[in-house]
Amino acid sequence: MDLSTTYLGLKLKHPLIAGANPIAATVDGIRSLEDGGASAVVLPSLFEEQLTHEALAIHYYTTIQADSYAEALSYFPQPSDFKVGPDEYLTLIQKAKTSVEIPIIASLNGFTDSGWIKIAKEMEKAGADAIELNVYYLATDPNIQGIDVEKHYLDISSSVKKSVKIPVAVKLSPFLSSPAAIAKTLSQNGIDGLVLFNRFYQPDFDLEKLEVIPNLHLSNSDELRLSLRWIAILFGKISADLSATGGCHTHLDAIKLLMAGADAIQMVSAILLHGVNHIQNTINQLSIWLGEHEYSSIKQLKGSMSHQNVADPSAFERANYMKVLQSFRVS
Amino acid sequence: MSKQFITIDGNEAAAYVAFRTNEVCSIYPITPSSNMGEWADQWAAEGKKNIWGITPTVVEMQSEAGAAGTIHGALQTGSLATTFTASQGLLLMIPNMFKIAGELTSTVFHVSARAVACQALSIFGDHSDINTCRTTGWAMMASGSVQEVMDFALIAQKATLRSRVPFLHFFDGFRTSHEVNKIEVIPDEVMLQMLDPKLIQAHRERALNPEKPVLRGSAQNPDVYFQGRETVNPFYQKCPVIVQEVMNEFAGYTGRQYHLYEYVGHPEAEYVIVIMASGAETVHETVDYLIDRGEKVGVIKVRLYRPFASEFFVQSLPATIKAIAVMDRTKEPGSAGEPMYQDVLTALTENSYEGWKQFQQSPKVVGGRYGLSSKEFTPAMVKAIFDNLKQSKPKNHFTVGIHDDVSFTSLTYDPNFNTESSDVFRGVFFGLGSDGTVSANKNSIKIIGEETENFAQGYFVYDSKKSGSITTSHLRFGPRKIRSAYLISQADFVGCHQTVFLETHDILKYAKPGAVFLLNTQAKPNEVWDTLPRVVQEQLIEKQCKFYIIDAYNVAKLTKMGVRINTIMQTCFFAISGILPKEEAIQKIKDSIKKTWAARGDAVVQQNFAAVDKTLENLFEVPIPSQVTSKIERRPAVAPGAPEYVREVTALMILNRGDEIKVSQMPVDGTFDTGTAQWEKRNIALEVPVWDAELCSQCGKCVLACPHATIRQKVYDPKYLERAPKTFKSADYRGAEYKGMKYTLQVAVEDCTGCALCVAYCPVKNKSNTALKAINMAPQFPLRETERENWNFFMSLPDLDRRNVKINTVKGSQFLRPLFEFSGACAGCGETPYYKLMTQLYGDRAVIANATGCSSIYCGNLPTTPFTKDEHGRGPAWSNSLFEDTAEFGFGFRLTFDKYREIATHQLKALASELGDDFIEELLNADQSDEAGIYAQRERISALKNKLKMIESPIARDLETICDHLVKRSVWIVGGDGWAYDIGYGGLDHVIASNKNVNILVLDTEVYSNTGGQCSKATPIGAVAKFAAGGKPIAKKDLGLIAMTYGHVYVAQVAMGANDGQTIRAFLEADAYDGPSLIIAYSHCIAHGIDMAKGMEHQERAVLSGAWPLYRFNPQLVLKGENPLKLDSKPPKLKISEYAYAQTRFNMLMKSNPQNAKKLIELAQESVEAKWYYLEYLANMPYKRTQAN
Repeated sequence: MDLSTTYLGLKLKHPLIAGANPIAATVDGIRSLEDGGASAVVLPSLFEEQLTHEALAIHYYTTIQADSYAEALSYFPQPSDFKVGPDEYLTLIQKAKTSVEIPIIASLNGFTDSGWIKIAKEMEKAGADAIELNVYYLATDPNIQGIDVEKHYLDISSSVKKSVKIPVAVKLSPFLSSPAAIAKTLSQNGIDGLVLFNRFYQPDFDLEKLEVIPNLHLSNSDELRLSLRWIAILFGKISADLSATGGCHTHLDAIKLLMAGADAIQMVSAILLHGVNHIQNTINQLSIWLGEHEYSSIKQLKGSMSHQNVADPSAFERANYMKVLQSFRVS
Repeated sequence: MSKQFITIDGNEAAAYVAFRTNEVCSIYPITPSSNMGEWADQWAAEGKKNIWGITPTVVEMQSEAGAAGTIHGALQTGSLATTFTASQGLLLMIPNMFKIAGELTSTVFHVSARAVACQALSIFGDHSDINTCRTTGWAMMASGSVQEVMDFALIAQKATLRSRVPFLHFFDGFRTSHEVNKIEVIPDEVMLQMLDPKLIQAHRERALNPEKPVLRGSAQNPDVYFQGRETVNPFYQKCPVIVQEVMNEFAGYTGRQYHLYEYVGHPEAEYVIVIMASGAETVHETVDYLIDRGEKVGVIKVRLYRPFASEFFVQSLPATIKAIAVMDRTKEPGSAGEPMYQDVLTALTENSYEGWKQFQQSPKVVGGRYGLSSKEFTPAMVKAIFDNLKQSKPKNHFTVGIHDDVSFTSLTYDPNFNTESSDVFRGVFFGLGSDGTVSANKNSIKIIGEETENFAQGYFVYDSKKSGSITTSHLRFGPRKIRSAYLISQADFVGCHQTVFLETHDILKYAKPGAVFLLNTQAKPNEVWDTLPRVVQEQLIEKQCKFYIIDAYNVAKLTKMGVRINTIMQTCFFAISGILPKEEAIQKIKDSIKKTWAARGDAVVQQNFAAVDKTLENLFEVPIPSQVTSKIERRPAVAPGAPEYVREVTALMILNRGDEIKVSQMPVDGTFDTGTAQWEKRNIALEVPVWDAELCSQCGKCVLACPHATIRQKVYDPKYLERAPKTFKSADYRGAEYKGMKYTLQVAVEDCTGCALCVAYCPVKNKSNTALKAINMAPQFPLRETERENWNFFMSLPDLDRRNVKINTVKGSQFLRPLFEFSGACAGCGETPYYKLMTQLYGDRAVIANATGCSSIYCGNLPTTPFTKDEHGRGPAWSNSLFEDTAEFGFGFRLTFDKYREIATHQLKALASELGDDFIEELLNADQSDEAGIYAQRERISALKNKLKMIESPIARDLETICDHLVKRSVWIVGGDGWAYDIGYGGLDHVIASNKNVNILVLDTEVYSNTGGQCSKATPIGAVAKFAAGGKPIAKKDLGLIAMTYGHVYVAQVAMGANDGQTIRAFLEADAYDGPSLIIAYSHCIAHGIDMAKGMEHQERAVLSGAWPLYRFNPQLVLKGENPLKLDSKPPKLKISEYAYAQTRFNMLMKSNPQNAKKLIELAQESVEAKWYYLEYLANMPYKRTQAN
């Protein structure tokens, strides 16, 4: 069975890659993901804003009371070397590259224009095989128009793409007014791949304390359908590769995504729930399923149920929604 | 060899040489020497090397006694070893110093000389500490400037190796230790050349070594001890010659020639002042000035104080002298004169028969005292000393710098006498401690000192408050070496970095005519004139100042700089002072920012760059009108109604005019009345809490949490509201116990520090807008007048009768009046809520022994102190002995009170026929376990006093003096973890082992807070602290578990923010327990690097993570057959990282040493889990069976 695929120009032994997750934050973790069967690893996102915030916070709290009181001109030792930049992340890339055979995809969430470019270059220099741009951007300001959001995606991705030679993928938000259009433009701008979709942290409320609690729960297979639809819609219409994230827990989930047209599938929650060996188990079951259903390769399967390859493309469109409702009523 | 200049302070200069010329540094932090050890520690942590390519080992010990013992050991085994200390620390080293000198061991101790605590503690500089060491046999060298500190550190190092006499190298605490000055660096090559390897090898040859064993430290008998003592004489005789030879050698390398007794002045001087350390520089400057005006005067700078080389000294004097004034910066009550005065008299007397030098006439010698506790010593005072010498009978044993209207020792002087050169630029800057003014000025000095040809000097004055403290920076820049070791009085530039200072302080008195005045104000250029007090307008017009303004806080807001306006104000200074061309100056600031902060990340650099650029856009010159228009008067220093002493004396201290206070106005024995902080209305909060009367649940939590006792609650009869001010808020009391009464939560907005801890701790949220709580912060200024009136009315409402208060609840306890209020503790302090609670519960019968540290400063540092009295005039009686002996000090209190009871029992029984047996029985066996019992006992004592009046007997008179102590005394021993875990641990351990009824409260910040964040044995694993820059590698000492092992000690671990009810229970049980009690209280602290408003939340997280389990161990439960240990918190729910990484002290390690951080946090997690398991095991033990076993 030929399970191989190509994603961002990277040859993968199979389409199941480990998406950004905490296990990939250490070299040992990355090694375990490789041992667990992952065909590539996306590192957890480096958040430039967080780095900046941490640097400013440490600076603030270690200097706020300096030179204010005769007996204590400072309250902290002042190390000459602070690793406040992306050094630790870059070291992780370097060490990962020397420790595993599978491709390492760095993930970047920039904050400033210069930050996106500067850090992307450093990631490339550190040996990353590709970069996934995690444009984690929530337009909470009512004055920001949808077109501004899209421009933000396009500007950043173009700037980074021009700055590095390694492949660049963009992780999209599900809350774009016309995902297909922006996907097309990104692809035309040379972006090598699209990751569908970003799962934003969802706030929750503590009803006793009346506080907002930042929360991210693990996905389940039901959440697959969002990316399933849009990958199916985009397959064959843009040149950028397509990667699914959010909701792939089983081999059947993976098969669905591949049929929709995914070049690669990022698994996160299932790994966290079942352990790293779940990747290999899924691949094994996927292989068996393909054999049982007389498929010879992933390539044969890929996009077979995409928007352009199904008998009723309208099933992916509004009519599909109506049909679901009607069928619900009937039942 | 090209000369290299740097701008550093005296402490760094000493540490610079000491680090390079030693192998072992053993230290203990004490002001003002702490920075020397910290520099050494930092350099060692960075892997810097000494001149032989080895990184010295730097260790922090549990006390100075421990540090000295370690040095003694290191020296005895051949190390080159040193330490840094001052004051009481030096005193703790004396026993070892005798030994080190007796064993002729080469070492140099570097001392930033500081006053020794007598009638009061003082952190400031004089020579009373080094003078206590005169009998130890140590040589002593005095440095008078930062340059001399560096030079003499090396000269002393060489001289000790050559002479085998140990050296104490000292310089004036603060005046020199903290003065930043441009100095020439001694190259490492020079140090290498000076320190002959053969001398070091000889030192090692004398070391203990089992390959060629010797015994040292024997015990000797009357037959030989005396002779043994006399063996060292030749070494001391040679020592001065050696020092001079080393000085000559040093001059050969550096061009800086020093002499043991350096004469500077007219070659035919008639009047000479003999003086050492920084005062000599001021005399030098004054002598130069007076000689230029035809005077025949001079100064002898004493470099080698011990051994005092009489012949060298006499030879240094001009033959023409008529009179000598010997100035001692110390006081030895009861002596024939201060020590150096006596040295000089001895030298001249010996000269009279040794004939070392012929004088034209026998000089008169007088002695004077000056500069105790860093009292200013100015050219005007020097002039007064010379004027005194010119008298036919000069005043002897005089003082200068004070007004002594008791013993009339003081010389009068003309404060307007000024020797300052016109080509020296002088700037004075007033800032808040937290606004970064001093940091900015230190940076400016560095820029000017290191980037231009100018010499530069900076000296910084801090006030004694930890919140809202005022700093004053004195900066000089000039073409020549700056000797002025005194404050600036006439400045070319005056910066006022906080508008509020103009309301109280005479800032512009420092401005010379034509000076530039820079004000940070929110007022617009066209409005600012009308906001200035009348007197400020007058001064600006009269002095024809140039006036500039900046809204620095707005610029800081725009550039996200928080409250630190250092970069902004520094930019203003360079832009308008004219000290450097503007463009060049701005570029140098930016270069400096990059150099200083590059390691903190580009974000920090860019943020500061933005602040520089934004500043220039917002800096405006304001034309000064010709007419005074203001009707705004300065605020009085103290509130109306203050007692006379507060009005006449304390107020002067508050106004920074304490130098004007006469001797007669000071208490003779350091005793002060309490209740003074209430009169100092500091108005330091920009925002204050405002009560939402409708929403408030009246839980009292904000009252409990308020670190400064500025939030109070009362219930009262509605009738009182008839005379309430219009804006006074009131609500119906919620609860059955005071049904029908009114409730008010009142804020003292003029005393509030604006920390917002109360708001964060308030549990009640507005149902329609959860951003709002039952108290919310609002700007202070618009509320100031009305809330002042409301506060005064509120305080006039009667307090509840203590007998009717449920003191075992949070809400109830907070109706008790705090007898600890408005301290100078940090805004949001985590210690003071516990302290305040203790005074609420027991303040009317508490006697407190307080360890030196943060708490002794916010409790006892003048001008005003926080302890106060209740409506009956009762309140805590407080004292501080030392840092190391607090448990023993409080133990002494207990012994007295127990003895009083014993004496009273005896006396009562002796008066039984007059008083009656039943009455005596009631008095002696009264149940005082609650407030009703205490009240009843007070009634009995009142009755007793009445009866005693009727009895004509010496016993009755005596009993009258002690019968008050028949009321149960609550003895509290309070201190921080530095005291309890380290320096005072031995005493604490002994006292809890005594089974006496004392209550020990450990305010555990897990670090030495007062001296600036040094590691203690309470510092938790993984936390960064000074002397643990790589993260504390081992777990915190478990003081509570140790104490529990005795079995008879009540022990509680509390964290108010996690469980305030448990905290109150612990305090009640501790006082109720008739034996030793120990409460260990988690106290969040600025040294944790947190938002102090969230302090209580950090406490909660500490408990939730298991880092700080809550428990009470009550030995009384054993009597009931119960396990004495009760766990009051649940098993850890949060990961330790979720608690720790919310605090800079932990998370900075992730940036400075991530690998170690990860390792240590894992160890911390293991440690927490193991500790919880152990506590659970102990708490669940079948105690009966264990007892039986």
